[in-house]
Amino acid sequence: MPYRLVARTEPSLRAQLLVPLAAILLTLLAGSLLFTLLGKNALDAFYAFFIEPLTTRYGIGEVLLKMGPLLLIAQGLAIGFRARVWNIGAEGQLLVGAIAAGALALHFESSDSVWLLPAMICAGTLAGAAWAGIAAWLRTSCNANEILVTFMLSSIALQLLYYLVSGPLRDPMGMSFPQSALFGDAAMFAPLMDNTRVNTSLLLALIASLVAWIFVQRSMPGFKLLVGGQAPEAARYAGFAQKRAVWIGLLIGGAAAGMAGVGEVAGPLGLLQRSISPGYGFAAIIVAFLGGLHPIGIVFAAFFMALIYVGGDMSLVSVGLPNSSTTIFQGMLLVFYLACFLFAHHRLQRIEIKR
Amino acid sequence: MNSLLQLRGISKIYPAVVANDRIDLDIAPGEIHAILGENGAGKSTLMKLIYGVSQPDEGNITWQGKPVVIKSPAQARNLGIGMVFQHFSLFESLSVAQNISLAVKGSIKHLSEQVEAVGEEFGLPLSADTLVHSLSVGERQRVEIIRCLLQQPKLLIMDEPTSVLPPQGVQQLFNTLRKLRDTGCSILYISHKLEEIRQLCDKATILRSGKVVATARPGEHSNEELAHLMIGRTIAPPEHAPAEPASEQALSVTQLAYEPDDPFGTRLKDINLQVYPGEIVGIAGVSGNGQNELMRLISGEEMLTKQDTGDIFIGSQKSNTLTATQRRTLGLGFVPEERLGRGAVPDLSLSFNGLLTAYRHGLTRFGMIRHKKVRAFADECIAQNDVRCGGNQSVAASLSGGNLQKFIVGREIALAPSLFVLSQPTWGLDVGAASNIRKALLQLRDNGAAILVVSEELEELFEISDRLHVIYDGYLSPSLNARSATATQIGRWMTGEFSNAGEVA
Repeated sequence: MPYRLVARTEPSLRAQLLVPLAAILLTLLAGSLLFTLLGKNALDAFYAFFIEPLTTRYGIGEVLLKMGPLLLIAQGLAIGFRARVWNIGAEGQLLVGAIAAGALALHFESSDSVWLLPAMICAGTLAGAAWAGIAAWLRTSCNANEILVTFMLSSIALQLLYYLVSGPLRDPMGMSFPQSALFGDAAMFAPLMDNTRVNTSLLLALIASLVAWIFVQRSMPGFKLLVGGQAPEAARYAGFAQKRAVWIGLLIGGAAAGMAGVGEVAGPLGLLQRSISPGYGFAAIIVAFLGGLHPIGIVFAAFFMALIYVGGDMSLVSVGLPNSSTTIFQGMLLVFYLACFLFAHHRLQRIEIKR
Repeated sequence: MNSLLQLRGISKIYPAVVANDRIDLDIAPGEIHAILGENGAGKSTLMKLIYGVSQPDEGNITWQGKPVVIKSPAQARNLGIGMVFQHFSLFESLSVAQNISLAVKGSIKHLSEQVEAVGEEFGLPLSADTLVHSLSVGERQRVEIIRCLLQQPKLLIMDEPTSVLPPQGVQQLFNTLRKLRDTGCSILYISHKLEEIRQLCDKATILRSGKVVATARPGEHSNEELAHLMIGRTIAPPEHAPAEPASEQALSVTQLAYEPDDPFGTRLKDINLQVYPGEIVGIAGVSGNGQNELMRLISGEEMLTKQDTGDIFIGSQKSNTLTATQRRTLGLGFVPEERLGRGAVPDLSLSFNGLLTAYRHGLTRFGMIRHKKVRAFADECIAQNDVRCGGNQSVAASLSGGNLQKFIVGREIALAPSLFVLSQPTWGLDVGAASNIRKALLQLRDNGAAILVVSEELEELFEISDRLHVIYDGYLSPSLNARSATATQIGRWMTGEFSNAGEVA
């Protein structure tokens, strides 16, 4: 009996909840298969990847450390994505935020003012928003596709960082290494848990999640964005300005990514260097979708994605998995998510004729 | 006589609708055969089945006496069926000959000669090495037609071909099609323009709601008779009390000429329209004659630009470039033709769909949504208008079309508009629901609102309107007193015969 895909007359809430879970389950299954093919014991590898990081204080700290930027960026991106504004250049916005904060920290290297860190947070956030704002401006004034513009701006941001750390911001005492001097203590986030690297910037991410929840669930601007994304004709009918949706969507995403950049340089790194983020800006896109673009779902998705990062690092040592396994897991997660997502809005129907 | 193409009992069922219901169709060699029907009658679906774009769920197709299953457009072309779509598929940066070479075998040089030869033969002058982007819409259509002709079709399907042409282009196209018919090629001509069909077509099959309701020789019938077959209703006289309009207009459109962005839209030409508080003004016309453009200009979904002329006043406020929100604060309420996706957001609850246009009426505070008030507002709309649904948390898409429309109209009425504009207010509704909406409109009128209704249903317009206009090809007729107008006259005006009619009411 042949089947065909038909659109659901109403999207199934159950399916929407099941989709991320099914994607995670399929990723785990496919991952196990992959481990087996690599000649590893699937259960051992599985344990090393997903369980072991959570058995030690240090491991949990590392997961939370990586969860911070993922959570922050994904919350920002999700607000844009709900309005169908596709900012995929959070990586670049993160870098620009890091640069702005870093420049401030280096300029006031010997300062011990309590206001230095807040100033850095503001500077990084604004810089990230401004970087995304370029894409918003090009989109609203020249109708330039924001997917391409944000993506290309990421490359520009990376080159900018390379230039700065090997030139103007390079540590004069640093033996020509392409990195800046260390930031002063006043420019750093305080540790959050003993014996771990996790710091108070995680709190920023959690606060941002709360703000995102209020914005999405409670505020009129959030509602307007949602309508603009789901039904542009209805937004036009109701008189919600479309250009404003593009601006808000991109600026919020850029601001969140810029803030995450501050968290990296003023957290685990403590200086500017060529590599600031292990692709948080891109992984956060997966996080946002895996979390169903919902502020609460994103918290869980960010935790899972952070676990993949840390698990990948740890299993590299303990079971000898290749270091590309983190990227492979991210990729599988996205592919399975997209495949499963089809069924949130469609279902299989037997072809039969009834009248 | 042997048929070229014969359909028997063809049905196509989509999840929500039976688009084609047991359709029989016979096309003889060398005839121009019209498929006539309102929007949504199933014309396009039927053409897609014949051209192999989609497959019927039931029924048989016979081509030149042999049963066939047409699985793809490529197979249809091999059989000798060509189609010119309403929206063209040409690469703008390629030349005419290059575009054609993508579909037809042969060297560019050989094709160029053929293009010009075929163009010569059928009155489609075209230079083969011109780039498509420099061609007018009419010339692009010629490219499409020649591309079909080079494949020597026995049947050519034309989907609303004149919707993109200026009047002189229409006559030129007709000459081409007649020449083509005389070479023995059959033409399947889809349209809802009655006059054209009477001029051009030898036979007509009339569809209504997916079913064949009649076949006719269009030359032997008047426009009114064809319109009656197509729309399928007789028209009852109005039964409401005469209007007592105030003297200050609530809506005034003066000498409006407007060029839509969309090249397939209808240009509006010299529109003059006044609506006064306490009256209902109806606009009749076959859809696609400029109703949509006019409605969007009044609602503020589109604004007038510098190249357009004329003015739109809401009350005494010039509104040419006011946003939809600004117009709503002037007292405008609007119900669009499309309910899902425009009048309501499909995947959001009725509560949120209430908020969509009612948010300025105390449903938010400091930019925060007051959920309790939002739900209460939705509950009120549901209760007041007998909306059958699972409650205020039901998503809009889960409601039947009629119930959703009751909700949308109820929502707009709850905002107490002083000027209320509706497009196809009762389209697809059952008799009871439609009559409730009409009663609500009459009551709103008696309370002093100015109401403008665009509808394809003449019966409805006669039932509620005080004055009537007809829109045709972007022109708006003078207004008629709905009480003294006759269906025959409106029917004639619907085909454009009002250009020299005097001012009547």
